[in-house]
Amino acid sequence: MSEALERITKQEYQYGFVTDIEQDTLPPGLDEGVVRFISAKKEEPEWLLAWRLKAYERWVAMKDDSPTWAMVDYPEIDYQAISYYSAPKPKKQLESLDEVDPDLLDTYKKLGISLDEQKRLQNVAVDAVFDSVSVATTFKKELNKHGIIFCSFSEAVREHGDLVQKWLGSVVPQGDNYFAALNSAVFSDGSFVYIPKGVRCPMELSTYFRINAENTGQFERTLIVADEGSYVSYLEGCTAPQRDENQLHAAVVELVALGDAEIKYSTVQNWYPGDADGKGGIFNFVTKRGACRGARSKISWTQVETGSAVTWKYPSCILQGDDSVGEFYSVALTNNCQQADTGTKMIHIGKNTKSTIISKGISAGRGQNTYRGLVKISPKATGARNYSQCDSLLLGDQCGAHTFPYLEVKNDDATVEHEATTSKIGEDQLFYCQQRGISEEDAISMIVNGFCKEVLRELPMEFAVEAQNLLGVSLEGAVG
Amino acid sequence: MNPVEHWQERFAGIEPGAPWLAARRQKALDAFVEAGIPSTRVEEWRYTNPARIAKTAWEPAPVGPELDRAALEQISYPVFACSVFVFVNGRYAPALSTPPALGGHLGVSSLAADPSDENLEGRLASVGEAATPFANLNTAFFEDGAHVRIATGKHIEEPLHLVFVNAPGDDPIAAHPRVLIEAEPGSQATVIEDHVSLGAGSSFTNAVTEIVVGENAEVEWIKVQREDPTALHVSEMRARVARDGRLTAHTLSFGTALTRNDGRVRLDGAGAACAMNGLFVAGGDQLVDNHTWVDHAEPHGTSSELYKGILDGRARGVFNGRVVVRPDAQKSDASQQNRNLLLSRDAEIATQPQLEIRADDVKCSHGSTVGQLDQDSLFYLRSRGVPLDEARDLLMRGFVSEITRGLSVEALAERIDDLVVERLGMARDIPEEAR
Repeated sequence: MSEALERITKQEYQYGFVTDIEQDTLPPGLDEGVVRFISAKKEEPEWLLAWRLKAYERWVAMKDDSPTWAMVDYPEIDYQAISYYSAPKPKKQLESLDEVDPDLLDTYKKLGISLDEQKRLQNVAVDAVFDSVSVATTFKKELNKHGIIFCSFSEAVREHGDLVQKWLGSVVPQGDNYFAALNSAVFSDGSFVYIPKGVRCPMELSTYFRINAENTGQFERTLIVADEGSYVSYLEGCTAPQRDENQLHAAVVELVALGDAEIKYSTVQNWYPGDADGKGGIFNFVTKRGACRGARSKISWTQVETGSAVTWKYPSCILQGDDSVGEFYSVALTNNCQQADTGTKMIHIGKNTKSTIISKGISAGRGQNTYRGLVKISPKATGARNYSQCDSLLLGDQCGAHTFPYLEVKNDDATVEHEATTSKIGEDQLFYCQQRGISEEDAISMIVNGFCKEVLRELPMEFAVEAQNLLGVSLEGAVG
Repeated sequence: MNPVEHWQERFAGIEPGAPWLAARRQKALDAFVEAGIPSTRVEEWRYTNPARIAKTAWEPAPVGPELDRAALEQISYPVFACSVFVFVNGRYAPALSTPPALGGHLGVSSLAADPSDENLEGRLASVGEAATPFANLNTAFFEDGAHVRIATGKHIEEPLHLVFVNAPGDDPIAAHPRVLIEAEPGSQATVIEDHVSLGAGSSFTNAVTEIVVGENAEVEWIKVQREDPTALHVSEMRARVARDGRLTAHTLSFGTALTRNDGRVRLDGAGAACAMNGLFVAGGDQLVDNHTWVDHAEPHGTSSELYKGILDGRARGVFNGRVVVRPDAQKSDASQQNRNLLLSRDAEIATQPQLEIRADDVKCSHGSTVGQLDQDSLFYLRSRGVPLDEARDLLMRGFVSEITRGLSVEALAERIDDLVVERLGMARDIPEEAR
């Protein structure tokens, strides 16, 4: 068994490669000038510059106040040593894939997400963000037919400024937290989605993010607005090339669901986790929050977190509308020296609001896996209901699994339940499988996949397959 | 004057005792001064603001008034009259106490009676790691307390009953009762700590109990807190359980405007076990905060926790339970449950069951629920002719029975059961057959 473990710990990061594309990169450092530079570079309107500057101000005010409460341990980040802008050289407007840089297409091919194939076979529109600027958008015309806006953030600012201005920062304000403030000041690009009233988005929307340039922090900004009675499913997935230097990733995702709207947001996160000794790897400090503004709206977060050296991420739901629903399904896997402090916040404000939290943590090697969550029932949230379940699976005797749920109930008509268990794969379970001719590795894979089933089945088909493979790859034979 | 300076000034008036004790008091005071009164920004005090305690200029409790036995029996439970140790305003009151017929196997003494006792030096304030601010304050200021020692292999059948009476006068007073329980290997005993008030008045109790459970020894510790609704109460129980030892701790809170209980148990030997049970019933503007911390430091440890709360009126409840399993504590088994009933619109509960697991071959679970009396059960009872109030009482008794059943002292269990109903302002005669 220990050999199997060893094999896993020594497994090379499969997606470690670098694409060589000329970069237009700003020298390291951050001051007001950098914020102005980014804004000018992107030809942004006056209001957005003012918005960024206000965020920068907030961030400076919080300067010595980066969050320390999470159960993660990482070297202090020198924010002046990071370059805040990097973009592939501007190319002319692209109409088809043929015009895309062949290097880029090749990169996607290695990741197994050929745009071509997806376009033809899977009916998925991909807005591929290569580093900071979107270079390819497909299926635009199809979406246009329904009046759906799905474009890069920069384009949205140019073409749909009023919508962006209306919703930007309405869920995650500039001064929300340290990393959100940083993102708000220097965000480079990201995705914008608007689903008009009563429209059911005919396909899964998907963005693949890549971090590519060395020393370039990625500050993605995603804003999804689902107008009354609409529905959208959005996929986000990441892989990053191998690097020795830690890379900072501080993204912000805002979701707004108006009356009767539903947003399903799925993530597979597989950033570079660092090597077996904890050298390198991505710092993934993400603020994700959705607001169920209207009655009977619904926001569902599903995440499979297998990458990053340090993960700090709490996709949350603010349930403002009566009868609104929030869901959080998560699988977080830490191996080697990875650390994850992740969970959710469910803020119940409207009447009869419901939330479900299913969190599955898997720790192997020296990984530290923490669930941290808040369920808050405000005095007005009559009839609110919450169910939380947080299970941890330990593989190996040097890893840790921690659970820190916060339940605050201020309404007597609410029902809140939290349960958590911690266990390891039982010898008897393995024995049972093996004596029926299933190899040890297959048995572990089966048990882990079974452990995560409640979460994985929430993922859209394409992602479910990728997620299962990821878990398999990371854990073959890893049993303590 | 700020509260820390106030305490510093009052420290001069304390009888320091033996040199080792004086040194220890000074050290504790220094630590308290350095840390100051915690703010709500400190995670441990997030939901309970110690400023409420700090804003009053507490005077060390004076020697209490002469009490007569009848007055005591009014407020304490006479069922234990057979062996009672009474402390008034933190000082031993021999006239009110009836020590059990002591053999050589059980020693109960007042800490003030012989503070130069060299035996105490290595033991007092020795349990657990860095003390919390209020425990430091207790070490600096305690004037008396109980030292219970059970000799190797002895089983004490009769529970020991320690009664701490708060008798406030005109000034706001602070008492710092101290208890040290030592169960030597293979011994067994039950100790009841009963905190009561005699008359209203501004009072602050800051109690510390240290429990050392020897190898294969068994201690049941029951703390009942029924102080006046205006009183403030902070307590800390620290225990260390040796190999195959067992500690059962019950923390039952009914009175005061503000209660904060910290229970910290370290399972310090292979196969050590502890059970921590708690019950809190609060109404009006009461605040009850229970923090527990179980440290599985050695393999094969077992811990179980069950805390139940009933909150009415504008009462606020807090539960924070932490279970830590250290890297070498394989085969640990830990379970923790917190169940809460909210009976009114304005009642609030904040609950945080926490697990910190650093070993892989363990079985750990925790759970927390917040809810109301089950409407279906109420309906069932009412459809069978049980009036609403009685039906509610019955369900409430059912809810707390899980805790009271665990008390080995049956007479006490019955009284607690009644107290719950009484506390919720619903004391009525329930026909025996309906129970």
